[in-house]
Amino acid sequence: MGAILEVGTLHYVVLSFLLFLVGVVGIIVRRNMIVVLMSLELVLNSVNLNLVAFSYANGDLTGQVFAVFSIAVAAGEAAVGLGILVALFRLRQTTELDKATELSG
Amino acid sequence: MRLLWLIPLLPFFGAFANGVLLRGRLSKKGVWMVACGSVLASLLVAVLAISGYLGSEHYAAGEPFEQQVYEWIPSGFLGIDDGTFADLSIEMGFLLDPLSCVMIFVVTFVGFWIHWFSVGYMDHEPGFQRYFTYLNLFMGMMLMLVLGNNFLVTFVGWEGVGLCSYLLIGFYYDQDFPPFAGRKAFIVNRIGDFFFLAAMFALVQRFGSLNYERVLGAIEHSPAAVQGTYVLGLSFAAFVALAIFGGATGKSAQIPLHVWLPDAMAGPTPVSALIHAATMVTAGVYMVARANVLFQLAPGISEVVAVVGALTAIFAATIGLAQTDIKKVLAYSTVSQLGYMFLACGVGAYGAAIFHLMTHAFFKGLMFLGSGSVIHAMGGEQDMREMGGLRAHMPWTYRTFLVGTLAIAGVPGLAGFFSKDQILASTWASSKLLWIVGLVTAGLTACYMFRLLFMTFHGEFRGTPEQRDHLHESPPSMTVPLIVLAAGAAVSGYVGIPRLGRFDVNVFDHFVGRVVAHVGAGHEHHASVALELGLMALSVAMAAAGIWLAWHYYGGDRGLAEGERWAARLPRLHRLLANKYWVDEAYDKTVVRGTWASARALFRFDSGFIDGFLVNGSRNVTVATSVLSGFFDKYFVDGAVNLVGWLSQAGSRFFRGLQTGLVSQYALVVAIGTAVLVWFYIVVRLGG
Repeated sequence: MGAILEVGTLHYVVLSFLLFLVGVVGIIVRRNMIVVLMSLELVLNSVNLNLVAFSYANGDLTGQVFAVFSIAVAAGEAAVGLGILVALFRLRQTTELDKATELSG
Repeated sequence: MRLLWLIPLLPFFGAFANGVLLRGRLSKKGVWMVACGSVLASLLVAVLAISGYLGSEHYAAGEPFEQQVYEWIPSGFLGIDDGTFADLSIEMGFLLDPLSCVMIFVVTFVGFWIHWFSVGYMDHEPGFQRYFTYLNLFMGMMLMLVLGNNFLVTFVGWEGVGLCSYLLIGFYYDQDFPPFAGRKAFIVNRIGDFFFLAAMFALVQRFGSLNYERVLGAIEHSPAAVQGTYVLGLSFAAFVALAIFGGATGKSAQIPLHVWLPDAMAGPTPVSALIHAATMVTAGVYMVARANVLFQLAPGISEVVAVVGALTAIFAATIGLAQTDIKKVLAYSTVSQLGYMFLACGVGAYGAAIFHLMTHAFFKGLMFLGSGSVIHAMGGEQDMREMGGLRAHMPWTYRTFLVGTLAIAGVPGLAGFFSKDQILASTWASSKLLWIVGLVTAGLTACYMFRLLFMTFHGEFRGTPEQRDHLHESPPSMTVPLIVLAAGAAVSGYVGIPRLGRFDVNVFDHFVGRVVAHVGAGHEHHASVALELGLMALSVAMAAAGIWLAWHYYGGDRGLAEGERWAARLPRLHRLLANKYWVDEAYDKTVVRGTWASARALFRFDSGFIDGFLVNGSRNVTVATSVLSGFFDKYFVDGAVNLVGWLSQAGSRFFRGLQTGLVSQYALVVAIGTAVLVWFYIVVRLGG
C-alpha cells in the first residue's frame, strides 16, 4: 500500500523535538505561570512520544510502560504545580512569575 | 601531764580572742579577764603537769616526758654527713623535763602576776586590748620556746618572743623613740638568730633530726663523733655550741649584742618586767643549759661563754652605777645578772645558772613592777633625780622594793644570796680570775641597787609640787603582785641551800642536775665546808661594802649633792659610765653608718646598673622588636587577612548578580547548559 509519506520513527522524533522546543521556549519566555505549567506538560509529553516511538520501533513494550508511568508522575507534578500556583495567587493576587523574585540576590 | 599542749595554747587562745575574735567588742574588764584568765589557766595546767611529771615513771627513770602533738614538717629522706639517709621529720611536740618544769613554772607564775599588775598599770592607757593581745601572744610564744621538744619548735617560740618584744617595745608607736627602740631590738636579735639558724643547719646536716632527745642523746652517747675538726678549725660540738651561744648573746643581751636591752625600756614597764627581765631575755641561758652536752664537749667555747658572761656582768654593773633613769639602772642590772648566769653556764654550773634565772625572775620582775608603780605615781617621770622620799607616800611599794633590792644584793636569807653564792662558789672552783670579777660585780650590784633605792625612796622629794600632789600608793591590783613576787624573792632561794660538806639539801640543784649530761671531765666540785663558808662570808662582805658605799653617798637625807661631788672628782670616768662606754656611739659610727653606706652604694648599683642598664636596656630592646613585629603584623598578617575578606566580598558581589529570582532566567540557563552538554556529547563522544 504505497503512501505519499511513510510515517516512520524519524517523523515521531522530529515531532517530539518540535514539541520539546515549543515547550522549552514557552517555559523560558512566558510569564504567566499557568502557561509555563502547560509548556512543561508539552515537554513531558514530547518525551513520552519519544519513548513510545522507540518502543514501537524496537518491539519492546518497556518504553510504553515507562510512558504510562511518566504520565502518572506528570499528573502528580501538575497537581503540585497548580497547588503552588494557588498559594502564589493568594499571596500576590497574580500569576505573573516575574513578580515572585524573593530569591533575588 | 597529758595536757602539756594546753600550756602554750591557752595564752594563744587568749591572744586570739582579744586580738581577732572579740577585737574592739570587749569592755576593759572583759579584756583583762580573758587575758589574765588564760594565763591563770595555763599556770594551773603547768602546775598540774609538773606535779604529774614528778609522780610519773618517767621521772622515776630519770627520763623526760615527751608529747608529740602532730607531725609538723614531714620532709622525707635526705642525705646526711655520714653518707646515709635520715628521715627528717619535725614534729610539733613538747618536752617536759626538770629544766622545762622550772621554766614553765617561772614563766606562767611570774607572767600571771605581771598580767595582773598590768591591769592597774595600763588602766589609763589607750590600746588596752592591743596590749593584752601582745602580752598573751608573748606568753604563748615563751611557753612554746621552753616546752618545745626540738630546736625548730623552740626557734618558733624564739622568733615569736622576739616579735612580741618588738611589738611591745614599740607599743607607744605615736612617739619617736619607742618604735626606734623596737626596731633596734628586733634587728640586734636577728643577728643572734642567724647564729641559731646556723646551729640548726649544722645539726640537720649531721644528724638529720632536730629533736632534743635524739640529737643531744646521740651526742651524749658517742661524744667522740662530734670532736673531730668540722669548720674553721672548730670541732662540730664547738661550732654548734658557739652558734647557739651566738644566738643566746642576741636574745640575752650579752656583749657585744647587749645594746638593745636598755633601749627596750621604752616599752610599758610591766613589759620590761615580763619580757626584758624575767622571761624572754633568759631564753639564751635556757638554750645554753638545754644544749649543755655540746658546751661540755667544747671546753674552749665554755670558756668563751664564761668570759663573755663575766665581762658583761661587770661592764653592765659599772654602767648601772652612773645611770639616772630608774628603768635604765634596772635594765643594766638585768644585763649584768644575765652575765652572771652565762658565767655559771661557762664554768659548768648549769643548775646554778637556772637557779639564778629563777630567783632573778622573781626579784627583778618585782623591782621592775615596783619601778612601774613609782613611775605610775610620778605621772610618767623616770628620772631618779626628780624623785626621793617616796617611802612615805608608797609604803607597800617601798617595802617590796626593799625586799627585791636586798635579794639582788645578796643579803643572806633572801633568794639572790643563795643563787649568787652558788655561782661564785662554782666559779672559784674553775677560775680564780673570773671569781674575782664576779665578786667585784656582786659588790657593784649591791652599790647601784641601793643607790637606786636611796635616790628613789629616801631623802627629800625633789620633783615639782604638782608631782608631789599626785603621789599616791598604787591600787591593790598593783600592790598584790608586788607582795606575791616579794614573797617569791624572799623564799625561793630555800629550794637551793648550798651544800656544806655532807649537809646536802640542795633540792633544786639535784632536780635540774638531771638534765646535765655526764660527758667529759665533769665539773663536780665539793669544796670543803670551811672554803664554802669563807666564800660565802666574802661575798656577803662585798655586798655589805657596796651597800655601805651607796649609803655613804646617797643614804639618809644626803640627796644628790654627795653623789655629784663624787662624780665631779672623777669626771672622765663618770662621763664614760654615764654614756655607757660609748658603745652605742661606736656602733653608730661603724655598723650603722657602714650599713647606711653600703645601702647607699647598693642603691646606686640598683638605680644605675640594674635599673639603668639591665631593666631600661631590656625595655629598649623590647620596644624596638615590638615595633618591628608590629609592622609585620599590621602589613603582612593583617594584609593577608584583609585580602581574604576582600576576595570573598568581591566574589559574593559577582555571584549575587546571578541570583535574579526570575525562574524563566534560570530555566534559560538550564536549557543552554543542557544544550551545551548535548552538543558536547554529540561532538566529542560521537563525532570524535
